[in-house]
Amino acid sequence: MHAVGYHDLGTPAAPAAPAAPAAPAIRLSIDGTSVEVPSGTSVMRAAALAGVSVPNLCATDTLKSFGSCRLCLVEIEGHKGYPASCTTGVADGMRVRTHSAALMQLRRSVLELYVSDHPLACEPCPANGHCELQTQAAAHGITHSRYAGGASRRGGGRDVSNPYFSFDPDLCIVCSRCVRACEEVQGTFALTIEDRGFSSRVAAGQSEPFLLSECVSCGACVESCPTAALHEKTLQACAPPERSVTTTCAYCGVGCSLVAEAGHGELMRMVPDRTGQANHGHACVKGRFAWGYATHPERVTRPMLRKHTGEPWREVSWDEAIAHAAEALQRIQACHGRGAVGGITSSRCTNEETFLVQKLVRAALGNNNVDTCARVCHSPSGYGLKQTLGESAGTQTFDSVMQADVIMVIGANPTEAHPVFAAQLKRRIRGGARLIVIDPRTIELVHAPHLRAAWHLRLRPGTNVALMNALAHVIVTEGLTDEAYVAAHCEEDSYVRWRDFVSQPAQSPEATAGLTAVPAAEVRAAARLYAAGPNGTICYGLGVTEHSQGSTTVMAIANLAMATGNLGREGVGVCPLRGQNNVQGACDMGSFPHELSGYRHVSDPAVRAIFESDWQVVLDPEPGLRIPNMFEAALDGSFRGLYVQGEDLAQSDPNARHVAAALQAMDCVIVQDLFLNETSRYAHVFLPGSSFLEKDGTFTNAERRISRVRKVIEPLAGLADWEVTVRLANALGHPMRYAHPSEIMAEIARLTPTFRGVSYDKLERLGSLQWPCDEGAPEGTPTLHVGHPVRGRGRFGVTRFVATNERSSARYPLLLTTGRVLTQYNVGTQTRRTANLLWYDEDLLEIHPHDAEDRGVGEGDWVHLASRTGETRLRATVTERVAPGVVYTTFHFPESATNVVTTENSDWATNCPEYKVTAVQVTRVAGTAGGHDPGRGNPVHA
Amino acid sequence: MRIERLVAMANDIATFFECETDRAAGARAVAAHLRRFWDPRMRREILAHLGRGGAGLSALAREALSRLASD
Repeated sequence: MHAVGYHDLGTPAAPAAPAAPAAPAIRLSIDGTSVEVPSGTSVMRAAALAGVSVPNLCATDTLKSFGSCRLCLVEIEGHKGYPASCTTGVADGMRVRTHSAALMQLRRSVLELYVSDHPLACEPCPANGHCELQTQAAAHGITHSRYAGGASRRGGGRDVSNPYFSFDPDLCIVCSRCVRACEEVQGTFALTIEDRGFSSRVAAGQSEPFLLSECVSCGACVESCPTAALHEKTLQACAPPERSVTTTCAYCGVGCSLVAEAGHGELMRMVPDRTGQANHGHACVKGRFAWGYATHPERVTRPMLRKHTGEPWREVSWDEAIAHAAEALQRIQACHGRGAVGGITSSRCTNEETFLVQKLVRAALGNNNVDTCARVCHSPSGYGLKQTLGESAGTQTFDSVMQADVIMVIGANPTEAHPVFAAQLKRRIRGGARLIVIDPRTIELVHAPHLRAAWHLRLRPGTNVALMNALAHVIVTEGLTDEAYVAAHCEEDSYVRWRDFVSQPAQSPEATAGLTAVPAAEVRAAARLYAAGPNGTICYGLGVTEHSQGSTTVMAIANLAMATGNLGREGVGVCPLRGQNNVQGACDMGSFPHELSGYRHVSDPAVRAIFESDWQVVLDPEPGLRIPNMFEAALDGSFRGLYVQGEDLAQSDPNARHVAAALQAMDCVIVQDLFLNETSRYAHVFLPGSSFLEKDGTFTNAERRISRVRKVIEPLAGLADWEVTVRLANALGHPMRYAHPSEIMAEIARLTPTFRGVSYDKLERLGSLQWPCDEGAPEGTPTLHVGHPVRGRGRFGVTRFVATNERSSARYPLLLTTGRVLTQYNVGTQTRRTANLLWYDEDLLEIHPHDAEDRGVGEGDWVHLASRTGETRLRATVTERVAPGVVYTTFHFPESATNVVTTENSDWATNCPEYKVTAVQVTRVAGTAGGHDPGRGNPVHA
Repeated sequence: MRIERLVAMANDIATFFECETDRAAGARAVAAHLRRFWDPRMRREILAHLGRGGAGLSALAREALSRLASD
């Protein structure tokens, strides 16, 4: 069932050919009304656009027309018979009748056949009032069937295995919408129709329960079902929703638009928004279903204080908690100096909230000690893209990938971490684009249903730069560069230096194969494929950034795009896949210690003057501490107070013991979050946070798309996060007065050139906006660097490979790399409190069969994982997804303490931690998770 | 702050800029990076370390810090 109130147009819009002249409009008449539509539109869609609804059951506007239900028959002047309007294209001068006595009779007969094996007792049905069969039966006066009673039912009973939705074959009309949604929208191909006639039945996998099949629970089948055969379990016990609110998902950086349907003060279901510009009506198991954490019993809804971290928490009023926090920060500053405190903004919070936290630090605390969790994920993207292209952001829309001919995915696993974009990516690859995967692991995209990567360059962790240089070597030495683009759009000096550098024999695939472990012939073939394009897109993730040379790799990627002219139009570009919902936005909002909103350095007096005038303060011209620097400063006693909004530093940051020691050394740690978490173990003040369902604001996704977050339910703790920051700032003596987040956005727009044209009113009107949004681009900028790179001329960076200090050795012979799974999210704060645990309830260590055999490790065995930094215990899974010599795990569960073993190595430019390379040893043990300290791992030299 | 950590970070920055063909340009770039991205207390501590002999610093990092000190 699609969202209540959604007007389904029946078939998708006619595909638009890029860079081609607009298709001529077709004029036709439908029931006497003249309508003009693009060529390629179906009669059904044209009718819907003209306000005429043609009855149908197998059609929906997210799926290609199918023509099976025979309910959408129409009469077309000059045509024989009654063509199906969903499969018939419009033609100039066509005259269509959608309603007549003959059509009514035909449709009644068809409906009688449908209801012959479908119960007509609608009252107890979860879809009552929102069922397309019920609607059509009522419209055609069908209350019974002449054929009823003789039909066998489809047997097998209801499938309730999936925690979020049920399948009831008795309610199924075998329209195949679910099967087609699984294929066309999601690309998983988990469903089929098995058997024939009355025995026809939707089957998951090899006729398995949904939960055990390869179904990824994206919900596309549920969304497309016209009846209640597939329906959300939350609907079973509830009355129909009373209202719906369009908002933006708070999980990954795709930023799906979702419709929250609520009633009786509760959220009842979340439906993907078909008008959503990032997701076009699709969602994943997290955004679609895993929102139950918002009302989980473990939510903390009262502020709490304690003097020492060993004491129990004491619930207090908001006033007492805020006053205590403010006094503590001021006391620390009085004793230890203005720079002894700071704050951390969250990529999970809204733009408005992150803007306020950095404002609080700069204006109320008087320093620039503010950082954000983007430090530990995509800070190298900001640096590398700014240096080369001039803007700290991805260059494209997600839709751009549909115009790509070659797609290179580097260090990203979109099917797990960005599933809705992955579905689009897979659709394009099935449509003919070639795929190059660069990853130490055999991720799903390497070989998925109906697609196979042209090349999988399975490099050794830590050798990204060497491989990128080898690709560049082939492109340059084989004359595959776009010299015209480079001459017109790039700095000549930098190009010549880079070209000379990558042309060196030492950068060749043959010379670097020993480092990367990738055969030279494969590198050469992949380089030729990318350069040949004609449209080549590069998508990358944390497998690029979370390295000691993260920024260098980002620059190398930008170099490749510039050298091949793959910038400034649709189908090309560089797309950093942001991990969290608002990583891009948190960075845009001035969360980094060296820059104000819009990526302007604090040392620039003209920039400071703008903010000083608006905020009526004097700003510190020096950069502040980054997160890892804060920890170091805490341990030497010069940093003693921290306000952390929505980040679990103690679980997510590397070398967790070092982080814990730093937090423990502080005089006052203020945590603002939904739940007590690992960081709150070291906190003195706990301020209850609010989930994305409880507040208004905006998120900015990986496409630079600013989308509205809208309040669905009241904040459980009484205040939205932005209101808490306002109270704290006021208590610190810096007045903040906002009645609504729209006023904060007005301030952001006033102070930030790239947001100058952004307002809530415009977002209401246009749905979303991609920055830069200003006088020159009042409706936003889908593609960056059109005409020329933002910095004027692109600058090539020389990207010499420097091996990480983290080396494997006889004692630590394996390389550990980390990542995510589809059903869990980052440190698991949200997803561990949902039924997603049914799919993944512990972090597992992937180990190659050869390495497992050497160590006597079998499937499911407990293993001891030790690095130079620390040690922990996990269970092993033996798989060829990882190469020999490489092990892999996730960091979703605190008890596995994955980050106890990761090191303090970091990117040279940004201090982004090197999560992706840790030398480890694995040994089989008997035991449980974590280490000797229950559930929390141990340092090596404790 | 642990001086060995600051030394390692400064050396990492210098290693990237060693690719500059003009050594003075490399030192300028390293110094600019430290000025733009390092909190003053970090700069003070590593400059103090340089003043004590600068053990562990690479040649380019030393040149950059000398330049930073004289700015």
